[in-house]
Amino acid sequence: MIQDKDIYDVIVVGGGHAGCEACAAAARTGAKTLLVTHKISTIGEMSCNPAIGGLGKGHLVREIDALDGLMARVIDKAGIQFRMLNLSKGPAVRGPRAQADRTLYKMYMSEELKNTKNLEIKEASVEGLIVKNHTVCGVVLSDGKTIQSNAVVLTTGTFLNGIMFTGHQTSIGGRVGDVSCVGITPFLKDLGLNLGRLKTGTPARLNGDSINWNILDRQSGDINPKAFSFLTEKITNRQIDCGITNTNEKTHKIIRDNFSKCALFSGLITGVGPRYCPSIEDKLVRFADRTSHQIFLEPEGYETNVVYPNGISTSLPADIQDEFIHTMKGLENVEILRYAYAIEYDYVNPQELNHCLGVKKAQGLYLAGQINGTTGYEEAGAQGLVAGVNAALFALKTGKEFYIDRSQGYIGVMIDDLITKGVDEPYRMFTSRSEYRLVLRADNADARLTDLGYEIGCVSDERYSVFKQKMSKIQEYNTYCSSKIVSYPEIENAGISVKHTGKKTLKDLMSYPDVSRETINRLDEKSKNVDEVTFEQVEIEAKYSGYLKREYEDIAVFKRDENLKIREDIDYSKIGGLSTEMVQRFTKVKPKTIGEASRIIGVTPAAVTAILGHLKK
Amino acid sequence: MDSKTIYALSTVAGKSGVAIIRISGSKAFSVFEKMTDIPVDILQSRKMYYTKIFNPVSRETLDNCLVVGFKSPNSFTGEDTVEINCHGSKAVIKSILEALSEITDFRMAEAGEFSRRSFYNGKMDLTEADGLADLIDAETALQQKIALQQMGGTLFNLYAKWREDLLNILSYVEAYIDFPDEDIPQNIVFKLQNSVFKLSSAIKSHIKDNSLDEKMRNGFKVVISGPTNAGKSSLINALAKRNVAIVSDIAGTTRDAIECYIDIKGYPVIFSDTAGLRDAKDEIEKIGIEIAKQKIAGADFNIFMFDPQTDSPDIFSESIKESDNNCLLVANKCDKLSEEQKRKYKKEGITLISAKNNIGLQNLTDTIAEFLSNRYDVNKAHLITRHRYKECLTDCIRNLDNFNLQKNIELAAEDIRLACRAIGKITGQVEVSEILDKIFGNFCIGK
Repeated sequence: MIQDKDIYDVIVVGGGHAGCEACAAAARTGAKTLLVTHKISTIGEMSCNPAIGGLGKGHLVREIDALDGLMARVIDKAGIQFRMLNLSKGPAVRGPRAQADRTLYKMYMSEELKNTKNLEIKEASVEGLIVKNHTVCGVVLSDGKTIQSNAVVLTTGTFLNGIMFTGHQTSIGGRVGDVSCVGITPFLKDLGLNLGRLKTGTPARLNGDSINWNILDRQSGDINPKAFSFLTEKITNRQIDCGITNTNEKTHKIIRDNFSKCALFSGLITGVGPRYCPSIEDKLVRFADRTSHQIFLEPEGYETNVVYPNGISTSLPADIQDEFIHTMKGLENVEILRYAYAIEYDYVNPQELNHCLGVKKAQGLYLAGQINGTTGYEEAGAQGLVAGVNAALFALKTGKEFYIDRSQGYIGVMIDDLITKGVDEPYRMFTSRSEYRLVLRADNADARLTDLGYEIGCVSDERYSVFKQKMSKIQEYNTYCSSKIVSYPEIENAGISVKHTGKKTLKDLMSYPDVSRETINRLDEKSKNVDEVTFEQVEIEAKYSGYLKREYEDIAVFKRDENLKIREDIDYSKIGGLSTEMVQRFTKVKPKTIGEASRIIGVTPAAVTAILGHLKK
Repeated sequence: MDSKTIYALSTVAGKSGVAIIRISGSKAFSVFEKMTDIPVDILQSRKMYYTKIFNPVSRETLDNCLVVGFKSPNSFTGEDTVEINCHGSKAVIKSILEALSEITDFRMAEAGEFSRRSFYNGKMDLTEADGLADLIDAETALQQKIALQQMGGTLFNLYAKWREDLLNILSYVEAYIDFPDEDIPQNIVFKLQNSVFKLSSAIKSHIKDNSLDEKMRNGFKVVISGPTNAGKSSLINALAKRNVAIVSDIAGTTRDAIECYIDIKGYPVIFSDTAGLRDAKDEIEKIGIEIAKQKIAGADFNIFMFDPQTDSPDIFSESIKESDNNCLLVANKCDKLSEEQKRKYKKEGITLISAKNNIGLQNLTDTIAEFLSNRYDVNKAHLITRHRYKECLTDCIRNLDNFNLQKNIELAAEDIRLACRAIGKITGQVEVSEILDKIFGNFCIGK
């Protein structure tokens, strides 16, 4: 074997959304990092829909940004239509979303990586791991060369034994035009990891020049687009519209008549696909009574004529796709540039991982993204960041770990769900997954996480000082509002009707649902000069106050159990009062804390109490 | 577990004369101020006081008790702790537990929670904690068994259905939040308000007319009837060991139904002594007989008593039907029977007593207790379970009543989540995946 003379702290395999965040995070944390990707030109590729964010997902992007990750900054530069979803609802459930110019996104992502210190990029295919004594210490390339490192992060996406399906036609590959990776799976199996198959799909791509836009409804971006990154001051890109069309009964008949020809129903695909991003044939089966489904026509960029039809992912053969796509309004004469396909790939049961996304059965190996059974760029990026920081901390022998818990962020919710419950379909983030939804908002991701990131070393001084200034402004204004008493005549002059009970502070008034910024401005001279971000933070605290109090109490309880650490060498079979079943459940997951132990499926409170006794030995 | 002050019965009810109710948490000492006579300014830790116990809201006296307070950290849990030593009657225990639930920030302790708090505060050592798991397991198993069996599948199913309804409502609200581009029908969102209101009303009336609760408060009705001079009043006297009815040898002395309240193994029981059943010519006695017939039908349990020297048990054949077989045939004055006669009656399932000579009374009360416990299981775990259920349901209602769709939908969702979690404490956990399953079942989710 020929050895590359360089030795790295961290090697990241894969240049997708998980890989980009992982290598940048490892490098930021101070590790000498190498990104190995099979094709430099596809770094940051948006393989499916050209959009970042959404509900739950937008929260993740803000959290990535709070930890100085790349995704938010890149989409702020590459976005062509920004919308704040759920704007009519409260701040906790609003989610920023933006469509991207696919080419610009890739370009800005590559640029970010090139400007990252401690980071090198190499074009090569990884076909194996160097494993010694259950410790991973490098990778083997397809040409037989090896590269050594102290830690490896695998972010292989859909490439592990990827098989693509278009109707009955199958081809081996990780994405159209890309080969799949077959070499790594045997190494994972040798480590004793439990693997499975999942599937996902991507719709056809259309030629926008052949769409009859004039007869279609439009969806525009927000008039005042909000940035993803806490550091972006203003979105300057020109915003473009997307079109809306619908499937109809004709479309549905064609699809129904050809069910037998699609890979999913003919039994070719055995992997489980996500329910929330179902293929059109899936939708017809599941919602048999619906006669129409909405389809968004999203341009993939400024310069390209490629349009992404959101909502008609399918594994039907090309000729059937041809037929049903042309039944839709505005698409009567559309040219199909590329047909839809489904893809099936290997994933590792995430119960094999710890909270740092490290593999429990091997030292120095971290996994992030679709390999862990998730779907989505944002989910992948967030895991990449956590895996990258932890790989660096391990490689640099700091003895530290980077761990976000369920009360700190959606990242924590996602990782905790993955490692304690496993997955039976590709995992996507939703706001409803969080039990502390009112505390974990997209607007306060920095307040929740930036301190944590700075402490561990993945947040730059520059960001940290901006953050600190922002926080002190909010705190100052919050103190002011909480102590500033407003007299009843003043309150009534401002048009607010209140019961005359006790003294009312400015913050009390903010808590009323119908009291707006304008009303506060009329009441208080100083508030007029307060910037929008500061005002918003104090206002949200006030409007949610009662509910937030209860969530903070719940969090305090949660934290107490979370702070009770379980020793790694604990032998569950020697704990009195534990049934065999409980011993097996605990031994499988190896929880690190009492809190984690209590969230394992099927575990009883009594069993958790029994472990309590073994903490303080 | 949270920072609230918790309380629970710490002794096994019904097996001893004294029961101990333990209260632990930062506000435990407010019990002295709110529920006792003891002046707070002279109060000392670890000193036992004899005092009346009041309901903090109604000021009704519940019992005379010994009460002791332990200041943190010198207590079992390490927190401020108060122990009320009250009489072991179920009615008393229940009334005190209910009174405690009226105090703000007080709630019923979860299984093993005192021990858990004790552990968190470093008060419990390893050997103690080891045994704890078994204890809690046993307790939980028992509670579950009771929930499923004694409470009847009906009640459990009812709660499960309410939770299911809540999950359905929640899935709509959550879908509306998590999938904004989906065309979830607006009118459905407004129907939700109505569903929540209906559910809240249903739970409210369920709590209100819970007959077992009422029986525990007002007593189970046991009616003693039989021919004149069978010795019904003597039996009551013997049971109550005090004169509540006039006893004489002249037939028809007892004209009104006379009641006496007796505690049998923790069950509050009201014995009614009725007028003798015979074709009376006396008008007053006729009225008495009418009352007696009504009583038999309305009783939780009937004792049909006769004097074997003058009557045969056959005279009750109609009454047994009226009582729906919730009855016991009792032959009084058994001391005057021959051994052969006794054997014969026993064979027929007739209980033999002599009220005057105090023979067979223990056996009689045991039989009554057994009947009540078979029919209305009110053992300790049940009592606690029931009380806990009520607490959870009340919490559920509180959150449902907060719900409206004029407020931000994420806050409305929070109300339903909390309500759902409250019922989930009775029936099992709220799982996010359950909500998602419902969302995906009901809506088409794309973008």
